Amino acid sequence: MTGFRTLLYKEVLRFWKVSFQTIAAPVLTALLYLLIFAHVLEAHVQVHGVAYTAFLIPGLVMMSALQNAFANSSSSLIQSKVTGSVVFVLLPPISYGEFFLAYVVAAMLRGLMVGSGVLLVTVWFAMPAVQAPLWILAFVLLGGAIMGALGMIAGIWADKFDQLAGFQNFLIMPLTMLSGVFYSIHSLPDFWQQVSHFNPVFYMIDGFRYGFFGVSDVPPEISLAVVGTSFALVSAATLLLLRSGYKLRS
Amino acid sequence: MGVAVAIDRVEKRFASLQALAGVSLQIGEGEFFGLLGPNGAGKTTLISCLAGLSRADAGTLTVLGHDVVRDYRAARRLLGVVPQELVFDPFFSVRETLRIQSGYFGIRNNDDWIDEILANLDLDAKADTNMRRLSGGMKRRVLVAQALVHKPPVIVLDEPTAGVDVELRQGLWQFVRRLNRDGHTVILTTHYLEEAESLCGRIAMLKQGRVVALDSTSNLLARFAGQTVTLRLAPPAVLPQQLATRATIADGDWTFHLAGAREIEPLLAELRQAGCVIEELRLTQTDLEDVFLRVMHNATGGRSSD
Repeated sequence: MTGFRTLLYKEVLRFWKVSFQTIAAPVLTALLYLLIFAHVLEAHVQVHGVAYTAFLIPGLVMMSALQNAFANSSSSLIQSKVTGSVVFVLLPPISYGEFFLAYVVAAMLRGLMVGSGVLLVTVWFAMPAVQAPLWILAFVLLGGAIMGALGMIAGIWADKFDQLAGFQNFLIMPLTMLSGVFYSIHSLPDFWQQVSHFNPVFYMIDGFRYGFFGVSDVPPEISLAVVGTSFALVSAATLLLLRSGYKLRS
Repeated sequence: MGVAVAIDRVEKRFASLQALAGVSLQIGEGEFFGLLGPNGAGKTTLISCLAGLSRADAGTLTVLGHDVVRDYRAARRLLGVVPQELVFDPFFSVRETLRIQSGYFGIRNNDDWIDEILANLDLDAKADTNMRRLSGGMKRRVLVAQALVHKPPVIVLDEPTAGVDVELRQGLWQFVRRLNRDGHTVILTTHYLEEAESLCGRIAMLKQGRVVALDSTSNLLARFAGQTVTLRLAPPAVLPQQLATRATIADGDWTFHLAGAREIEPLLAELRQAGCVIEELRLTQTDLEDVFLRVMHNATGGRSSD
C-alpha cells in the first residue's frame, strides 16, 4: 500500500503547493456568484420555503467541489503526460487499482477542501440549516469520486490542453451549471424538468441539498441510487481504460 | 551466471512501422551490456517493452525470471530505468522527488540511500532545490538517481550522456561502473561508440528492429580486426584494377581493410610494382565505430547504411 499512499501524497502535495490557484481561486469565484445572485434575487425568490441565499449556498458548495474534483485528476494527468513525467508513475510496480484510487481520493480531497472553503466564506450571509449530515457527506464524497474518475478519463484521453478544456467547458460546465445549483427544477418548464432528470449532477446537488434542508426535488434515496450507479459505471470505465493501458502504455 | 534479462522473439508495430521484428536476446546477471543502433533501430522501443511503458505485440520479456506483463510488479521492482527524455516533475525539490520515487517502489525512510546517491552524483548541494531551477545536466543526474532509489539489480540507461558535459560523463561512468562491480546488471544504449567500447562487455547491434550483431565487444572487434590503411597517390598514378576492387575511395583517398599488420608489406610491394607513388599514408586500428559501420552496411545487403 506504500505505492498507493505515496501517489496519493504526491497528488495532494501537487495541488497543495499551488493552493492559491487550486483552492483559493474557486472559493472566490463561488463567493462572487453568491454576492451577485443573492443581491439580485434574495428579496424575490424563495425555494422550498427556504430564503434564496440559504438555498443557493449548498448548491454552490457542491458545484465547486465537483468542478474541482474533476479539474484535479484531469489536469494532473494531462500535465504529466505533456511533460513526460508520467513515466515516473508508470515505471514503478503500482497496480492500476492503486493508481485509480490515488487519483480519485486526491480529487475528492481537493473537492472537499474547496467545498469547505466555499461553505466557510458564504455561511456568513445565510446559515443553511443542517438536517441530515450523513446525506451531505455521502453525496459530496460520491460526487467527488465520480468527477475525479471522469477527470481521469478526460486526462487519459486528451493529448493536448485544449482537448481537455473542451471536455471541461462543453461537458462538465453545462452539466454542473444546469443541475439546479441556482434554481429548483420545479421552476422549469416541463420539458426542461424532464431533461434535468437525465443529468446525474442534478441528483448529486439535489441529494446534497436535502442534507441541509430536509426537502428536495426528488427523494434522496432515488438520488443516492442514481449517483451510486453512476459512480459504479464511471469507475468501471476508468479501471478498464487503465487496465488496457490506453494512451498511457503504448 | 543467471539470466538477468531474457527477450524472446519480441515484435512491436506502430501503425505501418515495424519497430521490433522478432528480437531475441539474453543478458546475464552482472553483465555490462550495450545496445547500439542508428536512430529508429528500435532500441528505445525494446527498452519501453522491457519497462512496461509499451506492450509487445508478440514474444516475451522477463527480468530475473519475472514476466514483464504477467508478473509486472516483481519485474518492475527489479528494474531501474533512466529514460531518454529529460523529464521532471516541476512541483518538487530533488529530495522530494527521490522520496516520492522511493515510495512508489514501496520503500519508506530511504534517506540514507538517497543521501548516498546524491553524494555520488554530486547533487548533495542541490537536494532542496526545486527541479525547475536545475540545469539540464543536473536534471539528467536526478533521472539517474530516480532510477536507483530502489537499488534495482538491473539498471537500464537509455542514452544517459546525451547533452552531458565531459566531467559529469566521467563521474557518471565511474558511478555506474562501481554499481556494475557491486553486482548490478547494466544495460546501456548510447550514440557514443567509444563509451560502449570502453564500458560494455557484450554488445547487441540493432537495425530496423532486428539484431544484426550480438557478441562480446572483444569478439566484435576481433571479427573486423586489423588495420585500416588509407593512402593518397601522387598524380598521375592510378590504382591498378586488381587493387581497386579491394579498396574504397572517398575524396581521392583509398582505404584498405587488412586482416593484420603483416598484410601491409605485400600491399606496398604491389603498389610499387604498379608504379604508384604514395603521397600520404595513414594506419588506424579497427575500433567499434568501424565495426558498427560495417555491420550496419552488411545488414542492408551491401547498400550503404543511412
